[in-house]
Amino acid sequence: MKRYDLIIVGAGPSGLSAAVEAAKRGLKVVVFDENEKPGGQLFKQIHKFFGSKEHKAKVRGFVIGQQLLQEAADAGVKVVLNATVIGMYLDKEIVVRIKDEVHHYKGDSIIIATGAAENMVTFEGWNLPGVIGAGAAQTMMNLHGVKPGNKILMLGSGNVGLVVSFQLMQCGCDVVALVDAAPRVGGYGVHAAKVARTGVPFYLSHTIVKAEGEEYVTGVTIAEVDDHFQFIPGTEKHFDVDTICLAVGLSPMSQLLKMAGCEMEDNPKRGGQVPICDAYGETSIKGIFVAGDVSGIEEASSAMIEGRIAGIAAAHYLGYMDEEELKTKVKEQEDALDGLRQGMFAPKNRGKLIEKTEEGIDISMNLLKKGYVADDEIERFPGVTHKVGVHPVMECTQNIPCNPCQDACPKHCIRIGENITSLPVVDPDVDCIGCGMCVASCSGQAIFLVDETYEPGFATVTLPYEFLPLPEKGEKGYGMSRSGEKICEAEVVSVRTSKAFDHTNLLTIKVPADMAMKARFYRKAEA
Amino acid sequence: MHEINDRSRDIGPFVPGPDDDMIICRCEEVTKGEIRKAVHDGMFTLTEIRRYLRTGMGLCQGQTCAKLVKGIVARELNVSPAELEPATSRAPMRPIEMRVFAAEAKEGEEDEE
Amino acid sequence: MSSRISEHPILGEQQKGKLVTFTYDGKELQGYEGEPIAAALKAAGVMVHRYTKKEHKPRGIFCAIGRCTDCVMVVDGKPNVRTCMTPLAEGMKVQTQYGVSDKPFEEQ
Repeated sequence: MKRYDLIIVGAGPSGLSAAVEAAKRGLKVVVFDENEKPGGQLFKQIHKFFGSKEHKAKVRGFVIGQQLLQEAADAGVKVVLNATVIGMYLDKEIVVRIKDEVHHYKGDSIIIATGAAENMVTFEGWNLPGVIGAGAAQTMMNLHGVKPGNKILMLGSGNVGLVVSFQLMQCGCDVVALVDAAPRVGGYGVHAAKVARTGVPFYLSHTIVKAEGEEYVTGVTIAEVDDHFQFIPGTEKHFDVDTICLAVGLSPMSQLLKMAGCEMEDNPKRGGQVPICDAYGETSIKGIFVAGDVSGIEEASSAMIEGRIAGIAAAHYLGYMDEEELKTKVKEQEDALDGLRQGMFAPKNRGKLIEKTEEGIDISMNLLKKGYVADDEIERFPGVTHKVGVHPVMECTQNIPCNPCQDACPKHCIRIGENITSLPVVDPDVDCIGCGMCVASCSGQAIFLVDETYEPGFATVTLPYEFLPLPEKGEKGYGMSRSGEKICEAEVVSVRTSKAFDHTNLLTIKVPADMAMKARFYRKAEA
Repeated sequence: MHEINDRSRDIGPFVPGPDDDMIICRCEEVTKGEIRKAVHDGMFTLTEIRRYLRTGMGLCQGQTCAKLVKGIVARELNVSPAELEPATSRAPMRPIEMRVFAAEAKEGEEDEE
Repeated sequence: MSSRISEHPILGEQQKGKLVTFTYDGKELQGYEGEPIAAALKAAGVMVHRYTKKEHKPRGIFCAIGRCTDCVMVVDGKPNVRTCMTPLAEGMKVQTQYGVSDKPFEEQ
């Protein structure tokens, strides 16, 4: 039986990060992954990530994936693909299917980084072709370049549902509605707002009654639910759709750990069955570690840090570093992890209704119920100010761990401060030069440049635009409100594209002066 | 777990529901009604349900329905899903043809390259 | 192939490689070599991959990452092949799966 210092199961963000840390310290490492390509779900993430510089904020997920693969290659990590781990046993033996044979390996230490599986909900017709998981939609469109459908209804308003809805529109699909049985939007408000302003209606406290169709989906009926999630008769609404996308959460894929005999617990805050583990990710079996979603559902940025911690801990377990180095190295990673686990959406706040920001400002209830901040709510946030001439308007209204905007401004006119969840503040004494770096840097697409005194009677609004076809200068169309309604005529006065903007184009539209604080999206006039 | 395994506990009679014909286990085509009825037939654990009805024993090995089945059984027993132990995990974790499962690689081969 | 994304605002133009011909229930279709069979079928507008054994109900792509096994079909005579995981190759014979057979139920 072949032996390795460390066997890692799963070549996603956490598994690869663990492999890098361990290999750097001289361990003989192998990573097994059942897929044809490494990187797990990272290569399907085409949006810019949150966090700060150390978390690779404002870098798109797939680019982080490419960087991680390079780092693994440089560290000499051996990744075996199309290698399905079918069993793991107490004495750290792993059974792997490779091609048409079964292989046995022994690891002096093991890191399980198998990630998560999608949850499902049932309704009449949920087995019909055309009802798909949100992950399936991402796979088809972002990996294989095929549209998952044409007219799509999304169930689930968590970050996955919101991000995938936006991505569906980016590849040319029509998202007819975003539905969630919960009374409030589950994901980041900024993700919801960028979907809502394109005109997608949000139906909170609604769920699917049935998927219609004989051979495949041809329509869907939703209805409102009461506090006990029971349908309210008479509230049914029908949509013609060819695809229904389910984004109703993830569960840790922890069966291998249970099979090996690790102590498990059912922890709803972590998403289901997880191994009991310590701060290093070590399970009840010494030398078996976990990292990433398998030990509790979070996101890719924290999974990568957990992976690094587990990799370092495995190196220490096998005597490749002393206690002191372990503590210093892990501390660096834990500080980075703590940074991500702050704010309204931190794991500890899961399921809680938070009504005020850390600054004591009332959270927009409209944002939680309809996906956008109402006109009469927006002015109370510190990033929203007025001034003569061009200036940033930052519609960042919830405490999320993210701060690239403050580094983006060459004039240093945006400040978040030490606490990365604080809402951004504009320095009124610094003159904005209108470069747009802040607009492009905002992973939540929540920053706009507004010039309320552009021309007598007219203002300009510069907005982030990630759709095709790209409008042209001089083109006429409509200014759309935060809720995606046509509110005025608009003319495109400039379209800026730059490598530094990383595919976020900056569209400047001219609108009537009284629309400066209302128009937040542009739509071309129909021919 | 002892309380759940107490078969003398009265969980009431099986009451048919409007969505009993909903498929829960997509692979083995087991309905919600069959699962609910199985609980009243005395199958109080997920492992028993699995052996009795084959839920989660099809091609996908319960990847899709495990959580759904757990929720249904828990509701029928009037306990929280967290109190139910998941069904036994055992190899093979993924579908595999018998001829491959039986094909042990020879010792010392550098075959994973 | 209208559901192919020709140009993407973030990912740019698709680099898909060589077009190959395969058959789906006897009909000739084209797809790109190495992409999952399911992607080629989806691009060609195929929704139903199989009919279930007990209830004879249609199924198609569901998870697209090899977990749910709902998208299995008979490929080159072999049933239960996960089309979302299996790379497309020139001349492949892809057939709708009825239960575990390539023959419709009335012929079984």
